[in-house]
Amino acid sequence: MRPKALTRLALLATLSRQRARVIIAILLALLTLPALAAEPPAPPKAKAGTTCIESPSVMRRDHMEMLKHQRDDTLRLGIRGAKASLKGCVDCHSTTTAEGRPVPVNAEGQFCQSCHAYAAVKPDCFECHATTPAVKEAAR
Amino acid sequence: MTALSRRQVVLASGAVLITGPALARSPGAPASPANRWGLLIDTRKCAADCTVCVSACKAEMGLSGHDRPLTDAQYIRKIEVRDPVGGKLHSLPVMCQHCAKPPCVDVCPTGASMKRADGIVLVDRHICIGCRYCMMACPYKARSFAHEEQTGQQPHLPRGKGTVESCTLCVHRVDEGRLPACVEACAAKAKGAMLFGDLNDPASEIARRVASEATTRIRADLGLDPGVRYQGI
Amino acid sequence: MTAKTVYLEVRPYTRGWLALAAALGAVLAAALAAVWYMEHQGHWVTGMTNQVVWGMPHVFAVFLIVAASGALNIASMGSVFGREAYQPLARMSGLVAMALLAGGLMVLVLDLGRPDRLIVAMTHFNLKSIFTWNVVLYSGFFAVVAAYLWTMMDWRLKRFYKPAALAAFLWRLVLTTGTGCIFGFLVAREAYGAAVMAPLFIAMSFAFGLAAFILVLLYAAKTTRRPLDEALLGRMVRLLGLFVAANLYFVALHHLTQLYFAGRGGVEAFILAGGTIHTLLFWGVQVGLGGVLPLVMAFGGCRHSVRKRATMASLLVVLGGMAQVYVLIIGGQAWPLDLFPGMEVSSSFADGRIHAYTPTLPEVVLGLGGMAVAGLIILVGISALRLLPAEIRDSTPNR
Repeated sequence: MRPKALTRLALLATLSRQRARVIIAILLALLTLPALAAEPPAPPKAKAGTTCIESPSVMRRDHMEMLKHQRDDTLRLGIRGAKASLKGCVDCHSTTTAEGRPVPVNAEGQFCQSCHAYAAVKPDCFECHATTPAVKEAAR
Repeated sequence: MTALSRRQVVLASGAVLITGPALARSPGAPASPANRWGLLIDTRKCAADCTVCVSACKAEMGLSGHDRPLTDAQYIRKIEVRDPVGGKLHSLPVMCQHCAKPPCVDVCPTGASMKRADGIVLVDRHICIGCRYCMMACPYKARSFAHEEQTGQQPHLPRGKGTVESCTLCVHRVDEGRLPACVEACAAKAKGAMLFGDLNDPASEIARRVASEATTRIRADLGLDPGVRYQGI
Repeated sequence: MTAKTVYLEVRPYTRGWLALAAALGAVLAAALAAVWYMEHQGHWVTGMTNQVVWGMPHVFAVFLIVAASGALNIASMGSVFGREAYQPLARMSGLVAMALLAGGLMVLVLDLGRPDRLIVAMTHFNLKSIFTWNVVLYSGFFAVVAAYLWTMMDWRLKRFYKPAALAAFLWRLVLTTGTGCIFGFLVAREAYGAAVMAPLFIAMSFAFGLAAFILVLLYAAKTTRRPLDEALLGRMVRLLGLFVAANLYFVALHHLTQLYFAGRGGVEAFILAGGTIHTLLFWGVQVGLGGVLPLVMAFGGCRHSVRKRATMASLLVVLGGMAQVYVLIIGGQAWPLDLFPGMEVSSSFADGRIHAYTPTLPEVVLGLGGMAVAGLIILVGISALRLLPAEIRDSTPNR
């Protein structure tokens, strides 16, 4: 039989541990609440008749790695025709206005922007890269 | 084969005077050190008032500019050269000379300034920090710094604020087996003063002419071995 | 036998301390605002162009970095060259060196086109680049000087004191050589492209660093009311004169070499006799005010008190130093690249023309911000650690 004082101390310790857990849980809930409250993004559908190079779950997780690998291969080694390419992303995922003008993929509510805003990640790509598909040669 | 048809398109598009550079590289194959892409520019065919190559470059590369000549990008420019003795005038385009020993690559702290296996000198803007040391080092003033936010980029030529840029020898076209935009435009709309090709391929026209005719390089004394050669100056 | 020097922290949060900290903080805040503006707009709002690619921030940064390695000299004089009189100042010397370097590097980094990519500069190295070597040398300088300071302050590490001192001295020589080579290794620019840039930069660093150090010391001694030995100050002024003379010697050597090479006559005529701002800065400020006058003050008959002479000579050396770096960096770029030697050229890209450069306010404010950062580091340093002697005097007892 343990001494009473010790039992009480142990009880207190468990209690405070429990209390700490509860506090952490509440804090976590508060922190993540805005995210839960925010609508999950609904990016525009890709162009009809196109298929992505991988399943959406893979793309969501790995697209940045694929693009990073490809960018070094293409620019530094000169390897063309890789499976993953930012140009490919833009080609399929950009939309056009009712008048047929292309909308940049990083514009409000568009494919790249909507998801990155939700994930609170700022991609550096479009500081330099074109945000709309290539204009046909004839248009020039 | 698509590569062949591309070549035929080039030949049919008015560049008949110039041999197609090469076949497009097959997908997945890296640039090869067996090639050394270069230009041969005949200044005797280059008129002083002609800026066809410059306009073609601006359109191809999406260099819109902000009407600020001191800070706007120029990948290719026309230089008027006058001999103080006698006053003989020459006019010629100058762009990145794609040196075999490029000082810009030597000085770049991050390795953003780089030379591809086939001799094309590029800026990897993914790791360019915008220190401009390459611009201090280049004897040809071939590089520009993006002094402001850029818009209207071409998909094949990303460019943005705070990084350094220059002539890519139209690497996106060369990889497809096409000619650089300036060369194509000069042949189609001017006197065909520019010849593009593989200096390493003895059968190419550029290599044959370099082997048989007198050619010069700008500041050959610096020993940088530029891939761009000139005639008539 | 040396007398024991007592080091005391500076009492912080006094009215004067707070006022100084606030003033330096305000300059730093203004500099950060300037950076925000320049980076947001892009560099077109500065005076820098595709012709003059390095501007006022680089003038400040190079001055501070060069002065940083020079400020360490007082410590080296004591520990490497056995001039014991300087030993009590060694700790301050290490602190001022690190502070100046931090200020200079801040300016350099904040002027990058993509300062957000600083991490890239720390993870991607092109070992052929002298710039990369400088990144390594600058980072290493902090480590070496910090270790050196530690051996000075912790008696348990006494046996590492001499090796640390020697390492710091050698490191700073290599560092300034590296800074000089940033310009010396440029084959393209006629104004530089010479090995003499390395020793020239070392001579510059000796002079600028000592001048900055004397100014900091005079100010610190005055505001903390700590006695400053005039004989020691007199020694330092004469030493400053020696360094100024060395700087002038290498400047003369550089320009004589240039003048002897026929092809470089153009750029020399432009700098030395072109009648532009560079000519004025060279003869008037760099050579006249920052060279000859301090020499006269150091060695000649000047009736003012040694304190006054030290202040004036140091201020002039700093002023002349800024002018020297300006003429070197801006003047060197203002002269056009010579693509066709012996020919006259013109183009839409400013070929064959002397390039104008007008510094803008944000650039200058950023540069001053670097100086403010150096000041703040020194202020916090001497308040937190025992670096400043309670009585600043020669530690040799026979005087």
